[in-house]
Amino acid sequence: MLLIECPWCGKRDESEFSYAGEAHIARPLETEKLSDIEWADYLFMRKNPKGLHREQWLHTAGCRRYFNAERDTVSYQIKSTYKIGELPSSEGKA
Amino acid sequence: MSYHQNWSAAWRSPEPKQQYDAIIVGGGGHGLATAYYMAKEHGMKNIAVLEKGWIGGGNTGRNTTIVRSNYLWDESAHLYEKSMKLWEGLSQDLNYNVMFSQRGVYNLGHTLQDMRDIQRRVNANRLNGIDGHVVSPQEIKAAIPHINIDQGCRYPILGASFQPRGGVARHDAVAWGFARGADKYGVDIIQNCEVTSILQENGAVTGVETTRGKILSPKVGVVVAGHCSVLADMAGFRMPIESHPLQALVSEPIKPILDTVVMSNAVHGYVSQSDKGDLVIGAGIDSYTGYGQRGSFSGIEHTVSAIVELFPIFSRVRMNRQWGGIVDTTPDACPIIGNTPVKGLYFNCGWGTGGFKATPGSGWVFAHNVATGEPHELNRAFALDRFVSGLLIDEHGAAGVAH
Ligand SMILES: Cc1cc2nc3c(=O)[nH]c(=O)nc-3n(C[C@H](O)[C@H](O)[C@H](O)COP(=O)(O)OP(=O)(O)OC[C@H]3O[C@@H](n4cnc5c(N)ncnc54)[C@H](O)[C@@H]3O)c2cc1C
Ligand SMILES: [Zn+2]
Repeated sequence: MLLIECPWCGKRDESEFSYAGEAHIARPLETEKLSDIEWADYLFMRKNPKGLHREQWLHTAGCRRYFNAERDTVSYQIKSTYKIGELPSSEGKA
Repeated sequence: MSYHQNWSAAWRSPEPKQQYDAIIVGGGGHGLATAYYMAKEHGMKNIAVLEKGWIGGGNTGRNTTIVRSNYLWDESAHLYEKSMKLWEGLSQDLNYNVMFSQRGVYNLGHTLQDMRDIQRRVNANRLNGIDGHVVSPQEIKAAIPHINIDQGCRYPILGASFQPRGGVARHDAVAWGFARGADKYGVDIIQNCEVTSILQENGAVTGVETTRGKILSPKVGVVVAGHCSVLADMAGFRMPIESHPLQALVSEPIKPILDTVVMSNAVHGYVSQSDKGDLVIGAGIDSYTGYGQRGSFSGIEHTVSAIVELFPIFSRVRMNRQWGGIVDTTPDACPIIGNTPVKGLYFNCGWGTGGFKATPGSGWVFAHNVATGEPHELNRAFALDRFVSGLLIDEHGAAGVAH
């Protein structure tokens, strides 16, 4: 069972959270100028790395807020969690 | 008599050659079937299958072996039904017993909307010439005496679709049978050989770098399931794929008690009984992505509670083993089969939670695609560029968590 640290509530059991996919995907500006290929990249293409992954979680059964995590997708170890709009501490705060 | 000690090897284990006419990356059922049909149907014999571990050690050897073809949309119905027809002759064709058992598959409905979807899907199947009918709780109870059709429970069984030609097969035998068949035609099956980069020149593939050296080929077919994003990254393009852990478990062996396959999308559980006697039970995917080949504890609990609600009599059966695979899920729950931005490089992936049933059909169409450079009619709609055109094939209803 994963123990996940919500940046607001602290460490809680995995079952309180929902996974919400790859983090830091910014909606492109001026979408009316996007080509179909650029749309496909934004909507569907994913990094899906084997190793460190930056991803979003939702504390569904807690504060109900989204946050980000850096997790190893092989060991499932969570290296850090940080608030939406921030970068992981390994890169300094945005 | 040598008490099964002196069987000859079913396939050779040759050293890799420097060059092949085609390389298949990934020695799962799909990769091996691809090589087999390339040799048998397209006359290509100078082929290597490169497998990083042992053949069938990926999802092929980890799945719950359910085979059916009752998918909703024409594109997928035709593809899975092609596969079903191949299954029906596979043991004879390979001269290897894959233990294909058409014991029927029930897909249960637990809400009125489930039942409407089931009726729609069965109608669509019948228009496509695929067997199936809608059955009532009483008919289900008559066929499966131990099932709980109590209408007072949280998710009562309101009915099911039934595909009589569905069933199960022996997963290892499928990998071994295709391997032996391909080897007979001269295909080199090379295990413990991991592809570490994809070589290209002027936008065309020229070979692969592996842990056993460089191997050249003008055609490379990649069939690596959960690792397809990793291989696409090596080749320099992106995939609309997320790899998730999916787990299964078996009980201790018990006397014959269930002679068909029961699956439920709504409560996330499916169960059949193997010839050895163990109950084979599958769970849903873990919500997070992962390459760890193991599933979460909460996943087991969730599935087992659903199974016990369906079959109260199983509540005291003990779990024997549990394991996980890495499934490659796509946004529309359909595979990606075809050409890529790199000339001579072909991908067959995205089968997610439900590709075992497709093993022969997937190999059949991909063999055509790799051999001729053009998609087969049956896999044209499954091209990677459907995510650009928007022509997705939404099979979440028929695929989804079910297999
Ligand atoms: C628990 C579970 C239950 C399932 N239940 C069902 C079911 O009931 N019915 C159904 O139809 N489907 C089911 N599936 C899905 C099914 O197992 C898969 O869709 C199918 O087996 C995929 O076959 P494959 O040959 O493409 O992949 P795999 O068998 O995974 O083969 C891919 C191979 O590629 C190799 N590979 C990866 N990277 C490299 C590299 N760099 N170099 C060389 N080799 C590499 C891997 O080692 C692996 O052997 C289930 C899956 C799981 C995990
Ligand atoms: Zn919280």
